[in-house]
Amino acid sequence: MSERAVAVAFVVSILAALGLTAVYAAGGDPQVEGALLLLALGGLGVGLLGWAGGLLAHLGEHTEPRRRHPAADGDGDVAVATFEAGVAEVGRRRLLARLLAGAVAALGLAAVFPIRSLGSAPGSQLARTSWRRGVRLVTADGTPVQLGALELNTFTTVFPEDDVGSADAQAVLIRVDPTSLQLPPDRLAAAPQGHVAYSKLCTHAGCPLGLYLAATQELRCPCHQSTFDVLRGARPVYGPAPKPLPQLPLEVGPDGTLRAAGDFTEPVGPSWWDLPR
Amino acid sequence: MIVERVVRGLDERLDGGSFLRRNLTKVFPDHWSFMLGEIALYAFALLVLTGIFLTFFFQASPEPVVYDGPYAPMRGRTVSAAYDSVLRLSFEVRAGLVMRQTHHWAALLFMAAVVAHLLRVFFTGAFRKPRELTWVLGVLLLFAGIGAGFTGYSLPDDLLSGTGLRIIYSGVLSIPVVGAWAAFLFFGGEFPAHALLSRLYVLHVLLIPLVIAGLIGAHLALVWRQTHTQFPGPGRTEDTVTGIPVWPRFALKALGLMFVTWGVAAGLGGLVQINPVWLYGPFVPYSAPSPAQPDFYAGWLEGLLRLWPNWEFHLFGRTIGTLFLPAVVVPGVITFVLALWPWIEERVSGDHAAHHFAQRPREAPVRSGIGAAGVAFFTVLMLAGSNDVLAAFLSVEVDTLNGVLTAAVVVLPIACGLVTYRICRDLRDGGGHPIARPGRARVRRTAAGAFEVEHEPGGPAR
Ligand code: FES
Repeated sequence: MSERAVAVAFVVSILAALGLTAVYAAGGDPQVEGALLLLALGGLGVGLLGWAGGLLAHLGEHTEPRRRHPAADGDGDVAVATFEAGVAEVGRRRLLARLLAGAVAALGLAAVFPIRSLGSAPGSQLARTSWRRGVRLVTADGTPVQLGALELNTFTTVFPEDDVGSADAQAVLIRVDPTSLQLPPDRLAAAPQGHVAYSKLCTHAGCPLGLYLAATQELRCPCHQSTFDVLRGARPVYGPAPKPLPQLPLEVGPDGTLRAAGDFTEPVGPSWWDLPR
Repeated sequence: MIVERVVRGLDERLDGGSFLRRNLTKVFPDHWSFMLGEIALYAFALLVLTGIFLTFFFQASPEPVVYDGPYAPMRGRTVSAAYDSVLRLSFEVRAGLVMRQTHHWAALLFMAAVVAHLLRVFFTGAFRKPRELTWVLGVLLLFAGIGAGFTGYSLPDDLLSGTGLRIIYSGVLSIPVVGAWAAFLFFGGEFPAHALLSRLYVLHVLLIPLVIAGLIGAHLALVWRQTHTQFPGPGRTEDTVTGIPVWPRFALKALGLMFVTWGVAAGLGGLVQINPVWLYGPFVPYSAPSPAQPDFYAGWLEGLLRLWPNWEFHLFGRTIGTLFLPAVVVPGVITFVLALWPWIEERVSGDHAAHHFAQRPREAPVRSGIGAAGVAFFTVLMLAGSNDVLAAFLSVEVDTLNGVLTAAVVVLPIACGLVTYRICRDLRDGGGHPIARPGRARVRRTAAGAFEVEHEPGGPAR
């Protein structure tokens, strides 16, 4: 770059920086700020690059020797010998050396316990949710779901009445034609008048299932497209999910609302090592 | 003169004079591709500067508050204090949005520069002895960068970040034997635990930046001490280094590059919207955005999850969840192989000598082939990570596209690797470009006044 070009770059930078001050004082605007920052910082940078590359090119390149990395000068051997001599000196007092090792190990063990404070024990929490027999199904805004209120072939997200918004008890309630359901008898009985409920947590990585494909009566996960067949016990028909969605057994209460008849048929979400089977 | 007084003072107390004398004239080889790592360094500096600004406004708290700020669509909604503070920073703090978006763009720039730098070092063999340790530090930086990006991405407590966290939680959960404990200890309990946000915050603004700063420091110290590699050329030898001295040319150039990097990041930050969390909405555990896309450096992990078969194993009555292989084992193996590559290559090639000349890719056809295969592998995985968006864009079914991508993730790396190997080998053995020696004709005038033409065809250089 010529001297003039470098000068222009610096002038642009100065003007843009002054402009920034003005824009800020006037209340700010992200787009204008961005453009001016680009010019202010970029102008400065381009000017410097031009200065180094063009105006100082006559300084040319230099050559200097590389630092050697000699391994053969014997320093390493001396270091090893010194270290080993020290170990021998300390190790001569056998008992003390062992006690020292013991003290370090014991302290290490004690230091593990603060880590234990970082979270609760997994216990049975993972395998259970807050659904119990008799709990009413409510939607996200807390409204109980009446039998028959849901349109045929539509779905809604439901929670236990006392745990609205729950991350693990969330379920999808779908109403289908009762004759089309292909479930074992006990699970069929848990789907009164075609109201069938499944865990909303994908069995792949636990994303909440968001899409109901009414035409094929499938649930699809927005994360990695696992697809579950609603009529056949929500078994996976496509994608990386390895197992069906657990079913939430339902019954109809005396007030005509849908209620849970118990917890999910299996633990919800993806599998883990101690998964009860 | 002030400079004189300072230098004399340092010299008398620390023998600083000799250090300065040596290092102001230290030379750095001058080649555009040696600047990629520097861009990462400057992006990191900008991340620290903009990040400090953001910490003055961000609140890492999941406490519910009612949003009553200027962004109308969200007004009256109950959101977390974290989400609320991000909206306030974006809409109410003057220059806040530019700072926030510049921070995000600088993070992408950092990762892109790290990846480009890694590819440069790989394909030129600059990682060879004695620079193996520098390479390992670089690979660690890459993964520390992914960690920094991921924790940062999760802080605004929006719907997209919550979905990403849920997937990580499930990945940890799938680890045999210790998975449930590890997930509960790291996340503070069953997902989504109350403690999570403040933990991610400490990781993002303290622990990971410290690790990155330490790694960068060590990486640079090694480069400085071992001197830079250079390409061979007239007058260059393995025992010398030829380039521009630190003062003044290299320093001015480096400063210039720093300001250009910052200018690009800030320009993008002001002009190009990124991570508009107000459009995604606040995190609620029973909803996920569709389509959900991670930042580019996590795209290959997402692609692995999307393409991996739905295997689940049972062992002695225990379960190995389907995520364990694609989310834990495969990335772990990739990390390991990448980090140990210098020693793997040394073993296989039997070349234990120290090298200070960088190679051209053709000089090591096998390595270049493997590198090309790796690039193809990651590219297909990244595409797979956006298979839903891609399918909509191409108007094909996701299922069809997945089939193609699954085949491609195996076939394409092999094909690219073989082709690259062949090209490199032929270029090396051919000694140059295929048309390096043009054809020519010799015209001679005889004593009788006639012309004789003698043709010599072109071909590869001899
Ligand atoms: S979480 Fe549902 S497909 Fe991966």
